[in-house]
Amino acid sequence: MTVSNNQHTTNKMELVCPAGNLPALKIAVDNGADAVYIGFKDDTNARHFSGLNFNEKRSRDAIEYAHHRGTKVFLAINTYPQASGWDRWQRAVDLASELGIDALIAADIGVLDYAAANKPDLRLHLSVQGSATNPEAIRFYYENFGIQRVVLPRVLSLKQVEQVATSSPVPVEVFGFGSLCVMVEGRCLLSSYVTGQSPNTFGACSPASAVQWQDTTDGLQTRLNNVLIDQYGANDPAAYPTLCKGRFQVSGNTYYAIEEPTSLNTIALLPELQAMGVVAIKLEGRQRSPAYVKQVTQVWRAALDACHNNAQNYQPKAEWLQTLYSVSEGRTTTLGAYHRPWQ
Amino acid sequence: MFDFYNRIADTQIDIVYLGETVCSKRKLLRRDDWLSLAKLLQDAGKEVVLSSMTLIEANSELSALINLCRNTDFIVEANDMAAVQQLSGQSFITGPAINIYNPHSLQVLARQGLKRWVLPLELSRQTLVDMQQEKPDNIETEVLVYGRLPLAYSARCFTARAHNLSKDDCQYRCLDYPDGLILSTQEQEKFLVLNGIQTQSAKTSNLITELDDLIQHNVDVLRISPPSRHCEKIIDVFYQCLHQNYPLDQANDELQALMPAGGHCNGYWHGSSGMDWYTKTQEAACQPTPS
Repeated sequence: MTVSNNQHTTNKMELVCPAGNLPALKIAVDNGADAVYIGFKDDTNARHFSGLNFNEKRSRDAIEYAHHRGTKVFLAINTYPQASGWDRWQRAVDLASELGIDALIAADIGVLDYAAANKPDLRLHLSVQGSATNPEAIRFYYENFGIQRVVLPRVLSLKQVEQVATSSPVPVEVFGFGSLCVMVEGRCLLSSYVTGQSPNTFGACSPASAVQWQDTTDGLQTRLNNVLIDQYGANDPAAYPTLCKGRFQVSGNTYYAIEEPTSLNTIALLPELQAMGVVAIKLEGRQRSPAYVKQVTQVWRAALDACHNNAQNYQPKAEWLQTLYSVSEGRTTTLGAYHRPWQ
Repeated sequence: MFDFYNRIADTQIDIVYLGETVCSKRKLLRRDDWLSLAKLLQDAGKEVVLSSMTLIEANSELSALINLCRNTDFIVEANDMAAVQQLSGQSFITGPAINIYNPHSLQVLARQGLKRWVLPLELSRQTLVDMQQEKPDNIETEVLVYGRLPLAYSARCFTARAHNLSKDDCQYRCLDYPDGLILSTQEQEKFLVLNGIQTQSAKTSNLITELDDLIQHNVDVLRISPPSRHCEKIIDVFYQCLHQNYPLDQANDELQALMPAGGHCNGYWHGSSGMDWYTKTQEAACQPTPS
């Protein structure tokens, strides 16, 4: 067993659940989340979707509900402001501080600097959008802004996660389940190349406003800003055209050249993640329904409890896996980069 | 490789960025070879910058980066925040993958010793103008004006995947594709380029027709990311436009003939999708045309 410098090897890992609206937040709290993460209703967060997220009033209600039940609330202000929008991000940080959230999840060094300098009581977590994949990068954010946790991008093998967890100046949080970014987060411009809007600039990848579903004689075609992402036969289930998960042609072969529609699932790795000193497991999916939040929170609560009670004999239960498959993209899951052969 | 840089030494280019930025497995040259190339170019009057890796995952990659940053002879281009951390307190340059999206971020890095920054690729002319107005005086601004756009980095090697190989057994297949491996849509539209763990645009970004605008807004350095062929010709076209009033439209026509397959784009500059192309007359109407 590796002894982490963070001394969390015997600690319980925190379950961090997504909430895109108040009903989802309540369900996450009621079903065992240790923390929920939310965003404001604008482009200051990386799930800037229509009908999603929290205005000031809803944020207050959410925090009150969660805190009353002993659950923490993290707030994501994790996109990258440009000069013309800077005031919006600054106001968001000010409001976050005033609301009394438990941690601000941020990525941009300007936003982090503003928060560190002006809101010293705000606990800062480095967002996955901060793109820190190694201890030296994390050290930059720790020394300059005093971050207290880092969310690791989904590009590291299990061994690399261990190396980072061991040498990082702050504890690490990793993704456990949900949509899989194949590219290192915070430095992927594929979406803006095609649609003009990216996670960094707009808070969305492959945004719905650019999506076209077209029935043609060749079958159902899915397009992003007119670029053909995939096409399907009459009986094939069609997937949302996330552009890195389409079928393309390379050297005359048509296949998922970047990645299949699939979800990340690390439920089998929990004892190893715990032994490395990982302090929190994050579930992706603020854009998903309250029903999704209920299912994944229940499964991961049970899994974490089982792992914490007896890591040596921990085995994911068949029904957990079945539930997770049922809410996964393409009804399949992967260990992603954690599993070296995937790379 | 040495032939190439010997030829570059004879061109009018002012600055040369040297080194591997994509894959730590590609060891085409040893560190000492890179340093002797750097010396050769420096002796030819070029400013030499040592570029560093973009995605740093393994401890071995971090050690190599730290070694590179400790060299005392050449300035380093940071492409990951690990390099910024290592270079803090000395003069350094940031590449396009360092996210500097607002003046506040620029000021944070100025405190660390930033000498020059490259405008992140997805940012527009308007954002550049805003940044130029607020940036610290002693910092230089650089813009990528020609080349395929590096759009994403992954743990997965897509070139190896295209050959049904894993990254650990990649057999260095990427070396067979000096301009990368074209990824097309099912409608045969050239869309992206697979370059190992990096994904590029198939279209070549070309801002030659914006040259006057770039100069007017005090951009200090224009970056060319050359394809495998015609590098010297591309340099010459830009040089003639900058120093000999060569007509930009004519230069644009010449550059188009020198591009690898895929066409051209300048959408990001115009605040649009990166893949779009705007002609000068369309700028006013702000309508892209298919290219």
